[in-house]
Amino acid sequence: METGLFTFLIVNLIKIVVVVVILLMAVAYTVLLERKLVGRIQNRWGPSRVGPFGLLQPLADGAKLFLKEDLMPFAVERPLYVLAPMIALGCALTSIAVIPFGANIQWHGVDLFQISDVSIGLLILLGITSVGVYGIALSGWSSNNKYSLLGALRASAQVISYELALGLALVGVVMRAGSLRLRDIVNVQTGHSLVAFLHWNFFGGFQFVAFFIYLMAAYAETNRAPFDLPEAESELTAGYHTEYSSMKFAMFFMAEYANMITVGCVATLLFFGGWTSPFGHFLSGSGPVSTAILSVFWFVAKVFFFLFLYIWVRGTLPRFRYDQLMGFGWTFLVPVAIANIVVTGLWMGLSLPAH
Amino acid sequence: MQNHPYIWNYIPLLMQVGIVGLMTLGMVTMSWFIGRHRNLKDKLEAYECGIPAEGDARGRFSVRFYMVAMLFILFDVEAVFMIPWAVIYRRLPAITGSQLFGFWEMVVYLGFVVVGVFYVWKKGVLDWASDKADL
Repeated sequence: METGLFTFLIVNLIKIVVVVVILLMAVAYTVLLERKLVGRIQNRWGPSRVGPFGLLQPLADGAKLFLKEDLMPFAVERPLYVLAPMIALGCALTSIAVIPFGANIQWHGVDLFQISDVSIGLLILLGITSVGVYGIALSGWSSNNKYSLLGALRASAQVISYELALGLALVGVVMRAGSLRLRDIVNVQTGHSLVAFLHWNFFGGFQFVAFFIYLMAAYAETNRAPFDLPEAESELTAGYHTEYSSMKFAMFFMAEYANMITVGCVATLLFFGGWTSPFGHFLSGSGPVSTAILSVFWFVAKVFFFLFLYIWVRGTLPRFRYDQLMGFGWTFLVPVAIANIVVTGLWMGLSLPAH
Repeated sequence: MQNHPYIWNYIPLLMQVGIVGLMTLGMVTMSWFIGRHRNLKDKLEAYECGIPAEGDARGRFSVRFYMVAMLFILFDVEAVFMIPWAVIYRRLPAITGSQLFGFWEMVVYLGFVVVGVFYVWKKGVLDWASDKADL
């Protein structure tokens, strides 16, 4: 059956709207999760007043932020000042488009669990996250505030430095998969036995070095603790979004959490077998419906683990010093990532059949 | 299986960019019109913890930020060169007819990259704490 362009567009439009809405809800509830967990780590309750267990807190926060006064300070560069949060949030929400979050199930010739199944998925993902730096840099420069400018400079320098290590860490995974298409990368890690998780790149492919480099670089990329220098409160009040208020501030905030979710998704896809069950055919579903539900379940469970790890790390580790941060990225992560490529290449080269 | 041309796969990506762009634009506009505006002069000045702001924020800052940006461009281009090689690596023995030819080619290339990193490292560009660095 040939899919008509009209059907294709309509189904995709619905899919995109659903995914973006779910992503925004996930962002809101990740904030709540973080406040709850950090609260428990610090031996307090966290939000507990709005709704049962504070479950309505994100909605209350959102309503409050919309109703706040939207300041436009005198000194700002207006077009860029407004554009910056749009770039930051836009990039954060766009990158979800190439991520497959469930098994490949077709409906009217359209893949239900991935918005855009392109053969350069990983490259697009890296590209979109790189463009996100513009949001930070422009926000700091257009604010015309010393804290903002310093925060933005720090953030940009940090993000581009760690992007290098991040890109190099992913080369090993691409070598194993022989493709940049995210579905291919997951399919390489698929096993059928009860210990299918040994096929994951993290274990089977011997890429755990790459995984830890990726994880550290990604924490720095998203400006999260222990690498949250750009918004070190004690030095820079709030960093690059000092001058922002109301929803514009919230957009930077949402962009940060959306980026966290994206990082969790990428780590899941590249190193932890994506939507596949860790136990092979056990709990991976037989019919299309059970496959759909279970694959999404496994994907969400793995992403949730990474979000939990993010928050746990934030609640545990103190902040780096800026010179330590830059030194760590350039003089430790980059050489280790290069060594990882060489070792992976040698190992694969020796184990591949000659032809 | 897919029964539409491959190029169609890019359409949803463009749609996503469009929808997200409209949504962020809507958020900015809505927050501007919903929130009440009560403009006071003191409130709209650059925030410096309550002290009157002195001068323009866009002054001079450390040249290291510039160095980092330049190094990033250099090394990121080198990292991008590695990606096509990584994609085709599994097939290289079959193409070149030699088990490790592709590997040694990349080792030579990576050697240049490592020499570059080592050079900037020893130049002190990456050592943010010292002010004796030869920038």
